[in-house]
Amino acid sequence: MLRVVSGISLTAERGQVTALLGANGAGKTTTLECAQGLQKRTGGSISLLGHDPATAGAGLRSRVGVMLQDGGLPPSARPIPLLRHIAGLYARPWNVEELVGRLGIDTFGRTTVRRLSGGQKQRLALAAALIGKPEVLFLDEPSAGLDPQSRQLVFDLISELRDGGMGIILTTHLMDDAQRLADYVYIIDSGRNVAEGTVPELLRRSPEVEAGAEHVRTLVFEAPSGLDLSRVLPAGINVSETRAGSYKVTGPLMPAHLATLAAWWEAHNIMPGSMSLQARSLEDVFLDISGKDIR
Amino acid sequence: MTRTPAGAAAAAASGHSGSAGQQPAALPKRVLLQGRYEALAMLRNGEQLILAVVLPLLALVGLTVTPLLDGMGASRINVAVPGILALCAMSTAFTGQGIATGFDRRYGVLRFLSTTPLGRGGLIAGKVISVLAVLCIQVAVVSAVALALGWQPTAAGWLPGLALLALGAAAFTALGLLVAGTVRPEATLAITNLLWILLGALGGIVIPADKLPAAAQPAVGFLPSGALGESLREAFLNGAVDVGAALILLLWALVAGAAAIRWFKWN
Repeated sequence: MLRVVSGISLTAERGQVTALLGANGAGKTTTLECAQGLQKRTGGSISLLGHDPATAGAGLRSRVGVMLQDGGLPPSARPIPLLRHIAGLYARPWNVEELVGRLGIDTFGRTTVRRLSGGQKQRLALAAALIGKPEVLFLDEPSAGLDPQSRQLVFDLISELRDGGMGIILTTHLMDDAQRLADYVYIIDSGRNVAEGTVPELLRRSPEVEAGAEHVRTLVFEAPSGLDLSRVLPAGINVSETRAGSYKVTGPLMPAHLATLAAWWEAHNIMPGSMSLQARSLEDVFLDISGKDIR
Repeated sequence: MTRTPAGAAAAAASGHSGSAGQQPAALPKRVLLQGRYEALAMLRNGEQLILAVVLPLLALVGLTVTPLLDGMGASRINVAVPGILALCAMSTAFTGQGIATGFDRRYGVLRFLSTTPLGRGGLIAGKVISVLAVLCIQVAVVSAVALALGWQPTAAGWLPGLALLALGAAAFTALGLLVAGTVRPEATLAITNLLWILLGALGGIVIPADKLPAAAQPAVGFLPSGALGESLREAFLNGAVDVGAALILLLWALVAGAAAIRWFKWN
């Protein structure tokens, strides 16, 4: 028996988006599939709306919506008839026209699934998961293949459903998704959850600073290689040359630090080719915790 | 931040809004809907339609214009039609349904539908209904053409004949699911098409065992194709029930069904 997931413990609440964040292969999908009753678990316990998904019947399944990573849509089907069919499996489904309009599916409602773009398939899969007006919604990599416009459409709908009291559990390897959508994040690495919290809570976890992490910024700039910046900025601000000519300055940066740096550049007659200043992101948190990049 | 399980929240919520939660449609409705959906998908598929209706009709005409079946009954067509009906059951239940299921498995359709109120049991029941629905259409079309060509079935043969056809469809559905659930869809496509040709030509389904090489004759009766073909001819030619063949079909249905339940992989 291959043990993919061992040591994941998580709770998702109604009216919240709970994100499982981790690199590909971390065990996110396996965790989700156990919770959906699609995979048999060899140990541990799962309670979904008070029931064990492994033994649950149609009653529980009608209250849970699932969007699989591979879609699960028959290639020869047409979106609107397919949604009408799935709607018929529920006692009180979502109005098909309304949902189809909401997700912009009406523009390709009669095109066979095999001819749809990745983003169109993704929106249809979301509609199929939502058609039964579930109380709990599972989304496996919901923004995969979405163009920016459909992404906004999907994110708006997810936020609205969350505000309406739906419990939404999604997996993603995209930090941006988690940061924009999630109320609570579990960081999954090698089949374990290694950190959890709200996005602000996670962002405050910083090895560089005990407190005031909301001030932590990362400044990246391009300049001639080999500059010795080690004594330019005070202790607590890390400076490193990540690759030849690319510098990364991380810490609780204040305007005074930027002024100091700019003065040093002026004294040495250096004008950076490019520079960007960013607040600490989940990507940095993930890097700190797991010691590796998310991808 | 305190986090309480969704289940606890659900229990609390159900106290004052118990009727608000979603419920599944009634089980018969779910299964019938799935059956209708799959039957329509099968009928809309051109290749499946050729396999289900066109090829059996071509075989029927072929058997009535050639002397292959001479000497076995009052007319060629009387001997030919029961075998063609058996061929229809094999086309739809085994080859057509097996290929469709194999590709549905590849595309995650089975996994997705098993998370809906339909569930795995409802999915299988829907497939059985779709096979029976398509088989009804095939029987109607083949019978109408055959009657127009002069087929004279024994009236007493219809009841056992149709019952045996349903039993044969069950055995072939189980075999189709067994193949579709254990190998890749491309392999399912190859295996079910190849077996359709082999069993159709040499499996005792349209050409009676007596007309096959002597060495093959004893084995043919134990094949689902041979058992179904022989028992349908017995029913429609003589109005009699071949109990032995019926038991063999039942055994195939049970063994293949159990094997499919044991080894079917949903993903």
